[in-house]
Amino acid sequence: MTTTTLSHDIKSAVGVEQSAMIAVKDLNKFFGKFHAAKDVTFEAVEGKITALLGPSGSGKSTVLRMIAGLERADSGHIYLDGQEQTRTSVQDRRVGMVFQHYALFRHMNVRQNIAFGLSVRKQSKREQQKRVDELLELVQLSPYGGRYPEQLSGGQRQRVALARALAPRPKVLLLDEPFGALDARVRQDLRKWLDELHRELGVTSILVTHDQEEALELAHQVVVMHEGDVQQVGTPDTVYNQPATPFVAGFVGSANVINGLVIGGHVQFGEQMLDGAGHLSDGSAATAYVRPHDVKLSLSPNGGSNSQGTVRRIADLGWASKVSLELNDGQKLVAHSPNDQIRGIGDGSTVYVDLRDAKVFAPQGNQPSDELAQT
Amino acid sequence: MSAGQIVLQRGLRRRVVRGLLLSLALIYVGILLVAPTVGILWTVLQDGTQMIFDTFALQDVQNAFRLTATITVITVVVTAFFGVITAWVLARDNFPGRSILNAFVDLPMAVSPVIVGLMAVLLFGRGGWFEPFFAAQGIQIIFAVPSMVIVTIFISIPFVIREVTPVLQEIGTDEEEAAKTLGASSLQSFFRVTLPNIKWALCYGIALSAARALGEIGAVLIVSGSLQGMNESATLWILRAIEERQDSQAYVVALTLAAVSILLLVSIEFFKHRRIKEISR
Repeated sequence: MTTTTLSHDIKSAVGVEQSAMIAVKDLNKFFGKFHAAKDVTFEAVEGKITALLGPSGSGKSTVLRMIAGLERADSGHIYLDGQEQTRTSVQDRRVGMVFQHYALFRHMNVRQNIAFGLSVRKQSKREQQKRVDELLELVQLSPYGGRYPEQLSGGQRQRVALARALAPRPKVLLLDEPFGALDARVRQDLRKWLDELHRELGVTSILVTHDQEEALELAHQVVVMHEGDVQQVGTPDTVYNQPATPFVAGFVGSANVINGLVIGGHVQFGEQMLDGAGHLSDGSAATAYVRPHDVKLSLSPNGGSNSQGTVRRIADLGWASKVSLELNDGQKLVAHSPNDQIRGIGDGSTVYVDLRDAKVFAPQGNQPSDELAQT
Repeated sequence: MSAGQIVLQRGLRRRVVRGLLLSLALIYVGILLVAPTVGILWTVLQDGTQMIFDTFALQDVQNAFRLTATITVITVVVTAFFGVITAWVLARDNFPGRSILNAFVDLPMAVSPVIVGLMAVLLFGRGGWFEPFFAAQGIQIIFAVPSMVIVTIFISIPFVIREVTPVLQEIGTDEEEAAKTLGASSLQSFFRVTLPNIKWALCYGIALSAARALGEIGAVLIVSGSLQGMNESATLWILRAIEERQDSQAYVVALTLAAVSILLLVSIEFFKHRRIKEISR
């Protein structure tokens, strides 16, 4: 199915199982006049990671904070472990939360940080020590129990934060951009580590992130948000290959944006026709999203609905190249091609362009910026 | 002139300017701060140690120190308690009128203590707004210890607030939120997470408050009624001793107050250092 479904259709299609580990239904939140979350509805997959993916300001963190109880929903329902918790206090929800900037208690050492949730719940000192030892083992920081947060690296701090959140055995784990403050290398390592750890623990988790790669890699299910709206709920494969809205097409993975007119179920631009516009009426405007690796280049026409373009710039990435093109009608494209497929093509070459697997939508206001679409 | 000479000349000029500024600063601090301190120490020691013991044996002096200590302790406790609450509100709650409250906190810094004393007389004195209420309870406020405490508190209000608010703003709400998700009540979160994070700023503010309370004279002079041996704080006793030409005894009391202040100053420096670390961590 490559055709579009509008976001409100999806929302009504997703029934909420109230017995699910985490479910939210018609959640709304206003900050003054700003509508930060609009009828947000989804449920988390039990024992798996669900990613809330969106650019900054899309309302994903607000939704997470409402689930944690740190923010009060203006309307809607939150269910945790089958019970409505919309109006309960943070303390009663017993969620584990990991913050972007670690939020470790800076005047406590690692052991005291991890034990905090146990000690406020008045567990015996012996039980506390035992649990802290377990968790230090789990996050591989056993030798660091006596250190203070300022003596740890960013990656170590976030592991302590995770251990602290897990210590009181929460039913659900909420991760708010947990790798956001780390540099790229550490982020990669920690992501892999979290993936393994999560497979071991199997605690139902929600991961808030603006990094689509992170979401696609870690999550079992992705909830794509934009301007407070849930755009699509689906597996990483679905949101990548069958985007429900133009926003999802442009935000999850990169995509070229091509504008044209609908003629007989095709999108026409320049001399080229693209398939996949059967759902739009003749003569209306249409926007097609094409992944850079779905743009095929050749020096001779090789069937299909080829049109011509001029190569403006080639960036060699080693095994593949990023080719910037201008089509004859002036629209710009980026193609990703393995180097052996573009032999003989150079700056200024005239090439035949074959666009495959286009996702076609009626033009909407909420398209991602060009910058995002072109990366 | 060669380029080398010009560089040499410039270096010389820079050194001369630097030396000039340094000596100006040293002379300024030396004459205005160090000389009086050394002077008072010298005078007291010249009169001999017997003089010191005699002065401390005076009933009036003992009463004066006791009163100053009482006022200082009450002031510190009250300004610390309400100071932390006010700092919390200023740092955490973006309520309408926040900037007005923020500006009002500095009022005691801008207003002369004598005026503060007069305001207290207007409120609590004969015909004042609050006078009928307290008179009915049989409580004497003005020309008694309560008014001295009130004006001293008023004057010391800004210190704790001004030191604690920026630290609260800087550390943010992350740790408090983390504490709550871990099951801590608001009180647990305050005492186990927030308070340890602001403790040095609070100590710094308290030390400043105490120093201010020890030395306060203007407002206290207006509201105390200056009854000999009663309602007489250490500073007021010094004032009377000088008027009565008992200079040596006045110096002894003054030196004692100064010694306590210097002790506070040292702790202030210590707390300031810790507070900066608190912010930058």
